[in-house]
Amino acid sequence: MLSDTDWSAIRLTFELASITTLLLLVIGTPIAWWLARTRSAWKGAIGAVVALPIVLPPTVIGFYLLVAMGPNGPVGQLTQSLGLGVLPFTFAGLVVASVFYSLPFVVQPIQNAFEAIGERPLEVAATLRASPFDTFYSVVLPLARPGYLTATVLGFAHTVGEFGVVLMIGGNIPDKTRVVSVQIYDHVEAMEYAQAHWLAAGMVAFSFLILLALYTLNPTGRRT
Amino acid sequence: MSKRFLSLFASLLVLGFATPLRAAEVQVAVAANFTAPMQKIAADFEKATGHQAKLAFGATGKFYAQIKNGAPFEMLLAADDETPAKLENEGLAVSGSRFTYSIGQLALWSAKPGYVDARGEVLKQGAFDHLAIANPKLAPYGAAAVESLTRLGLLGSVEGKFVQGENIAQTYQFVSTGNAELGFVALSQIVENGKIKSGSAWIVPPGLHSPIRQDAVVLTRGKDNPAAAALVKFLKSDAARTVIKSYGYAL
Amino acid sequence: MNAIQARFKLDYAGFSLDVDLQLPGRGVTALFGHSGSGKTTLLRAIAGLEKVPGGFLEVNGTVWQDATTFLPVHKRPLGYVFQEASLFPHLSIRRNLEYGMRRVSAGSRQVSLDQAVALLGIDPLLDRMPDKLSGGEKQRVAIARALATSPRILLMDEPLAALDLKRKNEILPFLERLHDELDIPVLYVSHAPDEVARLADHLVVMEQGRALASGPLGETLARLDLPIRLGEDAGVVLEGTIAELDAEWHLARVDFAGGSLWVRDSGVPLGQHVRVRILARDISIARVAQSDSSILNVLPTTIEQLTDDTHPALALVRLNAGGVPLVARITRRSAARLALCPGLNVWAQIKAVALVG
Repeated sequence: MLSDTDWSAIRLTFELASITTLLLLVIGTPIAWWLARTRSAWKGAIGAVVALPIVLPPTVIGFYLLVAMGPNGPVGQLTQSLGLGVLPFTFAGLVVASVFYSLPFVVQPIQNAFEAIGERPLEVAATLRASPFDTFYSVVLPLARPGYLTATVLGFAHTVGEFGVVLMIGGNIPDKTRVVSVQIYDHVEAMEYAQAHWLAAGMVAFSFLILLALYTLNPTGRRT
Repeated sequence: MSKRFLSLFASLLVLGFATPLRAAEVQVAVAANFTAPMQKIAADFEKATGHQAKLAFGATGKFYAQIKNGAPFEMLLAADDETPAKLENEGLAVSGSRFTYSIGQLALWSAKPGYVDARGEVLKQGAFDHLAIANPKLAPYGAAAVESLTRLGLLGSVEGKFVQGENIAQTYQFVSTGNAELGFVALSQIVENGKIKSGSAWIVPPGLHSPIRQDAVVLTRGKDNPAAAALVKFLKSDAARTVIKSYGYAL
Repeated sequence: MNAIQARFKLDYAGFSLDVDLQLPGRGVTALFGHSGSGKTTLLRAIAGLEKVPGGFLEVNGTVWQDATTFLPVHKRPLGYVFQEASLFPHLSIRRNLEYGMRRVSAGSRQVSLDQAVALLGIDPLLDRMPDKLSGGEKQRVAIARALATSPRILLMDEPLAALDLKRKNEILPFLERLHDELDIPVLYVSHAPDEVARLADHLVVMEQGRALASGPLGETLARLDLPIRLGEDAGVVLEGTIAELDAEWHLARVDFAGGSLWVRDSGVPLGQHVRVRILARDISIARVAQSDSSILNVLPTTIEQLTDDTHPALALVRLNAGGVPLVARITRRSAARLALCPGLNVWAQIKAVALVG
């Protein structure tokens, strides 16, 4: 049924998706907050940059990340000068790429949730002596919970499902960068259809269950 | 309608119908690694015969699946010799039409000048983090690379440094962007006018691996197309062979 | 005693605010005006919700805003009630009430939760969620929530405007209790003259971002330059007490400084302090006392001032009834026919008197 390398790919995929999602929630929150509140002229531009991964083919993103994070690219120069080496072909590199690639799927639901809250509850909290940080924790986060649930599920699921970017910068190294989607591709290309089916069916089932959970638990959080 | 316009219209009609009377079209699926030489050959072919070769470039495996499912190709220039044979066995290609149009050459290449020496000693020293190869399960060049390393007795020592591209184009990207210090690529990817374009390379001696034959075959749909027959003939001509060799292929 | 000093100047396209106000440190001050008159903006500026650069604000001796200071909203000891109750939907009523109270240091808590709950009569609601409450109940909770922070000043932005008449009447008594039982100055934004008549002690009339008038309610309402702007709602409010109940005719006598008036007996007990409202259009003037009229309330007065009203047919007359000002709206023809002029003693015939609280 499933080989050791398949299981290793599954484990790696879940590690990648979990770490990526966690990072995305941390990074995505201030970005979403800024996008939801700002009246800056930059709002459109920043919003568009965040949304780019939705429209760009993954191979394009992967190629640019490969160049940017490579030894001669700007990101690569930075990571080298920090003593971190270069990121392609490493798990850390996959995390960085996945964070960028899944960013809109986390930022947009949170941003929508923040926008739906509006100004009023924040003003009310301020007149009730809550500082801005206090307000964020005691009012904004609880009210944005559906948005966070959607963001978590979509960010996780999208990272599990990503393929093109991982293919471009991962190098298909067992236990390090060979995730399930790449493993399936290899099985299919090598015409090992039986193994491909097991993995692919597992992924379909997983994605279905996760979306089912999202739509049943969170009927209002469907907008992305 | 003015007389002038009428005569223009008439001459357009004549032109439009005149071409197909003399020349035909052939739909060709071409392996992605053969893109550059084939574009040159198709242009020469049209000049020499008046026939037109309509080219589609892509992965051989995908073409195979498409042909099996009724894609309108009349000829296939594959990246291997297995796919044309399989098509012939399955009755999707004209039997006896198969021939080797080029033989791929494997090269160990680095984007850094002077990094790869003329005898490939760099592999033995092993002073690198990443060695890029095409996935040996999927790509003939990858299989050839593994075969060569095995013959050299180096597979065990460098295997842990493999980074795999899904195909030879991606492998080339790994090396060209400097993310992998060196890698096994197709010579055709790095030569121009018979010289290495940039970086440093060692052409792996053909004796170290079984030949990377690229076979062409006329598909059932192209059976009676005079343009297909003409293209087969043209690919075997000296003119075409010169072009093919100049792009880094052996024959 | 002017505990609140506010100077704000704003200039937006199509809207400006330019006020310099001294407001009393006790009782209810109504900021009255039509929508777009700037009354809500002024209230928000006082709360710090609207940043008005260059403004000045001092409340009870503490500077909240000047050239170098801008106390953030959450550091201002105020209570704010919005037009919509704006309860936190994720918190129970009890948690909503505690939200602000918990953020006030124990030492400065003067209003207990129980007190606020009792004052607004919301005890049965405490364990419910906000979406299970009616509009009127929600607004009562919002008021209690603001009170529970023991504010030094309570700002209310049309708290009844979003409610229908029934809900409004359900809340007004609570607001009156607030007025009577708590010593917290209230700034009350409203465009409803009946609310103002009922609740306000001090009146600020706003128009196009400016304060046209600011003063004690009775005096300000009797100013003849304002009724023009108040239109049909022009009139005065008198304070008095129920002095006699007439069981036979179901009437009650209200004694005020300038005399007494008969009103319908609505069950208000003897000795109760009340307000009555008399609209200018409900007062007519006679040179001699009429005994054969159906009008119940006739007061001897002296004419103080006469002016033209907005419509060329009408005039406004300010009358003095034993030191208490009244305003009458009559036709200019009648004024001319009766040869009315300041100093003349006339009879004010009052057609309708409304007990407002």
